[in-house]
Amino acid sequence: MVGRRILLEFVLFIFLPVIFAILVPFAYKKIKGIHTGWFVLLVPLVLFSYYVSFLPLVMDGGHAISEMKWIPSLGIAFTSYIDGLSLLFTLLITGIGSLVVLYSVFYMDREKEDLGSFYVYLLIFMTAMLGVVQSDNTMTLYLFWELTSISSFLLIGFWYTKDKSRFGALKSMMITVFGGLMMLGAFILLSIMGETFSVRELIAQAPDLMNQPYFTLALVLLLLGAFTKSAQFPFYIWLPDAMEAPTPVSAYLHSATMVKAGIYLVARFTPIFGSASTWIWLVTGIGLLTLFWGSFFAVKQTDLKAILAFSTVSQLGLIMSLLGAGAISYHATAAIFGFATYAAIFHLINHAAFKGGLFMIAGIIDHETGTRDIRKLGGLMSVMPISFTVAAIGSLSMAGLPPFSGFLSKEMFLESMVALRHFELFNFDTWGIMFPIVAWVASVFTFTYSMYFVLKTFIGQKKFEQLPKQPHEAPIGMLIAPMILATIVILVFFIPNVIGKWIIKPAVMAIQPTLYASPSAVDIHVKAWHGFGAAGLWLTIGVVVFGTLLYLTIPKWQPFYRIQPEKLSLNKGYDALMRGSEKGLNRVSRLYMTGKIRTYLLYMFAFMSVTIIAILFIKDAFVLDMNSFAAITLYGSLNAIVLILSVGFVVFAKSRLAAIIALGGVGYSVALFFVIFKAPDLALTQLVIETVSVALFLLAFKHLPALSTHGETKRNKVVNLIVSLSVGVMVTLVALSSHSQKMIPSISQYYKDTVETEAAGGNIVNVILVDYRGFDTLFEIAVLAIAGIAVLGMIRLRVSRKEPNDENK
Amino acid sequence: MKTNDVILQTTAKVVFFIIFLFSIHIFFAGHYAPGGGFVGGLLTTGAIVLLLLAFDLRTIQQILPFNFTIMTAFGLLLALGTAAGSIFFNVPFFTHAFSDFDLPLFGHTSLHTAMLFDSGVYLVVVGSAITIIQSIGGDD
Repeated sequence: MVGRRILLEFVLFIFLPVIFAILVPFAYKKIKGIHTGWFVLLVPLVLFSYYVSFLPLVMDGGHAISEMKWIPSLGIAFTSYIDGLSLLFTLLITGIGSLVVLYSVFYMDREKEDLGSFYVYLLIFMTAMLGVVQSDNTMTLYLFWELTSISSFLLIGFWYTKDKSRFGALKSMMITVFGGLMMLGAFILLSIMGETFSVRELIAQAPDLMNQPYFTLALVLLLLGAFTKSAQFPFYIWLPDAMEAPTPVSAYLHSATMVKAGIYLVARFTPIFGSASTWIWLVTGIGLLTLFWGSFFAVKQTDLKAILAFSTVSQLGLIMSLLGAGAISYHATAAIFGFATYAAIFHLINHAAFKGGLFMIAGIIDHETGTRDIRKLGGLMSVMPISFTVAAIGSLSMAGLPPFSGFLSKEMFLESMVALRHFELFNFDTWGIMFPIVAWVASVFTFTYSMYFVLKTFIGQKKFEQLPKQPHEAPIGMLIAPMILATIVILVFFIPNVIGKWIIKPAVMAIQPTLYASPSAVDIHVKAWHGFGAAGLWLTIGVVVFGTLLYLTIPKWQPFYRIQPEKLSLNKGYDALMRGSEKGLNRVSRLYMTGKIRTYLLYMFAFMSVTIIAILFIKDAFVLDMNSFAAITLYGSLNAIVLILSVGFVVFAKSRLAAIIALGGVGYSVALFFVIFKAPDLALTQLVIETVSVALFLLAFKHLPALSTHGETKRNKVVNLIVSLSVGVMVTLVALSSHSQKMIPSISQYYKDTVETEAAGGNIVNVILVDYRGFDTLFEIAVLAIAGIAVLGMIRLRVSRKEPNDENK
Repeated sequence: MKTNDVILQTTAKVVFFIIFLFSIHIFFAGHYAPGGGFVGGLLTTGAIVLLLLAFDLRTIQQILPFNFTIMTAFGLLLALGTAAGSIFFNVPFFTHAFSDFDLPLFGHTSLHTAMLFDSGVYLVVVGSAITIIQSIGGDD
């Protein structure tokens, strides 16, 4: 691979749109006379023409790289790495971006719409998308990836006053962010395995990564990210709901760019994962399933944009399956598998062109007739001839007919799928026959819905009186962008090899770097005519014949869709999942968050005693050393009896007064213990504090409510008993065993030795309190002061009791 | 609540001073014998509580016209000031100093800055305990 390092810091170009976005609100507010879109149009145009200049470099198999350090200590940097694949996507993003901005200038009303926000979101999206396709660093790739999710969320919910917009935005956000997080997991696993964040360095280590333990997990997580973004089965459900976005957004994000981020991801990581059979099966299988599913359900839709959404889903599945088939080339030398990758890239370009155009036409129809419902439309050909022409070109290309670009890529697709049969590894020889069959059936449906889309709208009965507006041809400005795209569709058919040489072959080389020495070594020459021997030709003829038949009999077999009940659809599944998790979690939290302090105390005490007893048991930590105990004295035992009796009295007291008195008894007997164990300071303090606190209790007595049982049931009492017993046992066990094993000798000897000389005192306790460890005392008196002021505040500054406390209701 | 318990009130008047003097003794003895700022403060509180029980709150407030909240604050300030004072002499925070002095009235006396700190403790204990008791007792 020829590498040339370009010193110019072109990584900054990624950020050009977002920097420009800062100026957009000023332009929108200050310059009222000119549509803001005209200023915005500059950005993608400049970028497009700038990136075109990379074409010669990339065509020779070179690449350019520019880096901007972000977090050098973690090896995270913004990198702009331009090779065939990223340049292709960059040109798509900027090129179609320019057309979409041009279209939106005429589509979005200057007076009614909040254009400032619209273009800011769009420009953020553009930066995010450029970042995704150019980043070489997985962490910044993830950053931009999430930025596309967020900006797409903002764009789908652009008309935020509509419920459906908000629903669609949220749904797409949930699904794509879920996938994004999975992808982050894959990146982290990859960086653990390869010890680098750089995609190129990971690709260089690909053979080693194969044998790492996390390889398959990383593969599955990465595919989850790619499948959610690219609307593959079963994650496609967000895409039809995202059609609530303004049409330029649908055309840009949901046909040409964002949904292809997943395709990009799969293509970019094919050199790492491509040789695994899991990868081939998942990518090809899910791709084909999506292709069939999308094309089958597209015919059911009645909304123009919904048809296109399902068609996008289906076409993305087609590209995905081709990428999966292309990965087989790591195992089989037959040129046909390299061919599949070529076909994938080729179809990706074609799809971006014709789908972008079709979305714009759908937007024009909506704009000029006031509805997108296909049942109300018909016979628009005579009033909207240019729109019809563009729509027909797009649809025929989508269906795969000559002389449009879709024909070439569709034929390559069918041939690749037929070739899969001959692949002998991974059970393909037994199941491989399924691939061409599914692909062919899906192509039939593709043909059907393409016809359905264009013919039902433009041909047939004129039902103009039912339309909200009197239809007429769109303003020419609105038609420029779709016309350019339609021209591209036709042009590509006639010059496929020019595009192949300049764009597709470098991209193929980027996907399969080990197979080719340079882009020109990709030995593929696209021909429109293969002769009668080619399988693709006969399959295409079959598609046309059966597709026409299906189209003509739509009313007859449409009831077929009703077999699947609405309840079992994936959308319902998603709704049920969302509602269910919300309800379930609510129920769970209501189950344990009772709002009663009793419950929470039970949790805490039970958890504490269970864990500590369990740890004592597991670690075999309980030790009882009888020798460390002092002799039992008569006074000590007598006092202990008094203490136990008074504690029992506190627990079983029926009146509060008795409990207070008994508590005093407990306090005084504790003081007596201090006396017995020779702690005069403690004894003094304990005696006085007990007296003062009993006095305090008595003072506050008249305010205290009667000692009630708070409706304690028998069961509660039993639970209380068990928990309190276990806490008691736990504390006793811990105390005994910690007394029995003193690991470190006491430091008290130091105090005894130095109390006279260092601190000039005789009472060690007091000297420790005020001198050795006076810091503690300082904060203890602070605590005391706070308690005093808090009591004062609570009583003096009390708000009227009658005032209802709404917060806790 | 007006009480007219003559025996209690008379006894309380006498006993108050005994307890108070004892608390002062305990406080000063703290460094060498059991006692100190905390116990001393609590004993003083106990003495005042006795007065409160014998008389009523308002009478005590007239007899002892201190603002106990300010007393608490002053105690904290004294304790913190003693602790912080050491840093002006270029020794670590909370280093105490002690020395012997010949004072005019007391004669040969040993003085210790820990005593100042302990006075802070004493004031805070008295101040906040009485604040609590007065607030709760005076609440209707």
